[in-house]
Amino acid sequence: MSIFVDENTKVVIQGLSPTSQGAYHGLRNRAYGTQVVAGTNPKRGGENIQGIPVYATVAEAVAETGANASFIAVPPSGAPSAILEAAEAGIPFVVCITEFIPAQDEARVSATLRRFFPGTRLLGPNCPGIISPGKANIGITADDIALPGGPVGLVSRSGTVFYQALYELTQKGIGQTTGVGIGGDPVPGTNFIDCLAAFQADPETRAVIMIGEIGGVEEERAAEFIASEMDKPVIAYIAGVTAPPGRKMGHAGAIVSGSKGTAAAKMAALSQAGVLVAKNPTEAGELMAGVVAELA
Amino acid sequence: MDLYEYQGKQYFARFGIPVSPGEVADTVEDAVEAAERLGYPVVVKAQVQVGGRGKAGGIRLAANRDEARSSAEAVLGLDIKGHVVKRLWIEKASDIAKEYYASFTLDRAAKLHLAMVSARGGVDIEQVAEEEPEAIARLHIDPLDGLEPAAALALAREAGIDEEAVEGVAGVLVELYRCYVEGDADLVEINPLILTPDGRVHALDAKVTLDDAASFRHPDWDAYSNLEELDPRDRLAKEKGLQYVGLDGDVGIIANGAGLAMSTCDVVEQVGGKPANFLDIGGGASAAVMANALEVINTDEKVRSIFVNVFGGITRGEEVANGIVQALARVQIDAPIVIRLDGTNAEQGRAILAEHASDKLVSLPTMLEAARRASELARTGVA
Repeated sequence: MSIFVDENTKVVIQGLSPTSQGAYHGLRNRAYGTQVVAGTNPKRGGENIQGIPVYATVAEAVAETGANASFIAVPPSGAPSAILEAAEAGIPFVVCITEFIPAQDEARVSATLRRFFPGTRLLGPNCPGIISPGKANIGITADDIALPGGPVGLVSRSGTVFYQALYELTQKGIGQTTGVGIGGDPVPGTNFIDCLAAFQADPETRAVIMIGEIGGVEEERAAEFIASEMDKPVIAYIAGVTAPPGRKMGHAGAIVSGSKGTAAAKMAALSQAGVLVAKNPTEAGELMAGVVAELA
Repeated sequence: MDLYEYQGKQYFARFGIPVSPGEVADTVEDAVEAAERLGYPVVVKAQVQVGGRGKAGGIRLAANRDEARSSAEAVLGLDIKGHVVKRLWIEKASDIAKEYYASFTLDRAAKLHLAMVSARGGVDIEQVAEEEPEAIARLHIDPLDGLEPAAALALAREAGIDEEAVEGVAGVLVELYRCYVEGDADLVEINPLILTPDGRVHALDAKVTLDDAASFRHPDWDAYSNLEELDPRDRLAKEKGLQYVGLDGDVGIIANGAGLAMSTCDVVEQVGGKPANFLDIGGGASAAVMANALEVINTDEKVRSIFVNVFGGITRGEEVANGIVQALARVQIDAPIVIRLDGTNAEQGRAILAEHASDKLVSLPTMLEAARRASELARTGVA
């Protein structure tokens, strides 16, 4: 099995136009076998873009095609309302890759989903998306770096280290059930614990790789969850071991202040929870090869 | 983006938060004239983006024209923890009866805004948080609900604010929250928030960090950005829209994504190299962005080799390769470049690089091998 998306997931691409990022990556997702059933664009209702019917609103797209997931790759000024439009249309799983959404907007969107649309899960923003190899890919992950068949689930805050870790596994012939890039923004819709819980519940996922980075306390919270709620082996890597304190590295995710949020603190918390902590993505792949060999 | 104190106070004033009258001065003459206009006593305050100004002698009281002059002379040009004072804020001095603390920021873990208020202001609040956490009252605020005046009043009381100041502090909290939300700040902080002997509450300092992502709806922020304190490498990178942090080593690092850029620095250290910088070209970088990144690295004289580590997702391999080729044609780059390219359209990218391969442009298949070669080249130079 996979978590959150599978071969039955039907995707609507919001803000679809012939030259948009959504079209470029949405068509790649379709070529991979993902069911891309609709696009939306208030100015292009009734059009057809490379075989994808376009509707003016998400609600129409849902009514006409039964779409149950959405892919948002629109600019930051429009992304918050796009997320809420998907939620209002009853979409249960929304992937938003948009980078540089203002933190105040993210906080408001997050609070709105929590209060009014508890049935909608947001993945992102500022994330690479999700891939259940062989079944569905929603987002910008290059699909040839993933390998179907499990048994490993992967969750990452960093996008490009997510690709690196998938690739390390695939090169070793280790398949993945699902890879989830949760994104490094201040208010992620889906966090480590959401994914770890889903992997723990998924019978085909037998081990998990978690990729964290410096800043915040999400990895520490995940460590507590792993210690108390998980019996599947977990391997972790934290990016930013050598980062100087007090400097913001990258958009929003990675900032170290004081001892809280450092790579060392996160690695210690994870080790204590029984997690094998790798010192780089390659070593994470190697450790996982050892774990998978034990499973067989 | 961090604002200077005077910018922060001007920002506060827009939202109705009471601040002392004051003026900016870049020369001793301007400072004296400002002091004369404001009326004595005045405070001469160094405008630098670093804590501990007072202890370093960057804040002085002046009771007359001579003192204003000598204070301005002493503070202008002062080096405070590596920050040289180029600008002063001359402010009408306030009588202080009590000093408090107030701030708003986002609590990422709770996904809610967090207000912190304390009757123990005017000191290092992180120290207070550590030694006496109960001295800081905290309130989580749901962005959909906002901060109601009644809640602000209760928070001020909980923090132990003196009864005669409670109403004033609550009023400031409501305005400060509005400044934080409508002003798109990541952090707003007043330390100290003072009570004067005649019963007025106002902000004696201002710390404001604006959310760069919101600049598209604040065209007035342009006025701040060119005044930021940056080292020359950082400034060039910022002008070119790159996420750059200067480090001390000799292996220049370029990667796509903050996580991979940090991971690249980690791996270079693990194989015995020393990163010269962190540079994230971001998602979806074009050939031009890649070329700009190489140019920024090239201005760092310490750099002996350059490691380009790209795993394409939204970033496309051919764009990365074309950017490298363009940069090589445009500027003289002496340091050898080692590149590892995977992900979206990596094949196309590698084919382009293969056409230009030389002992100064080396493609390697894995991150570890490339890190080793780049570190080695930094030590030994091109053979």
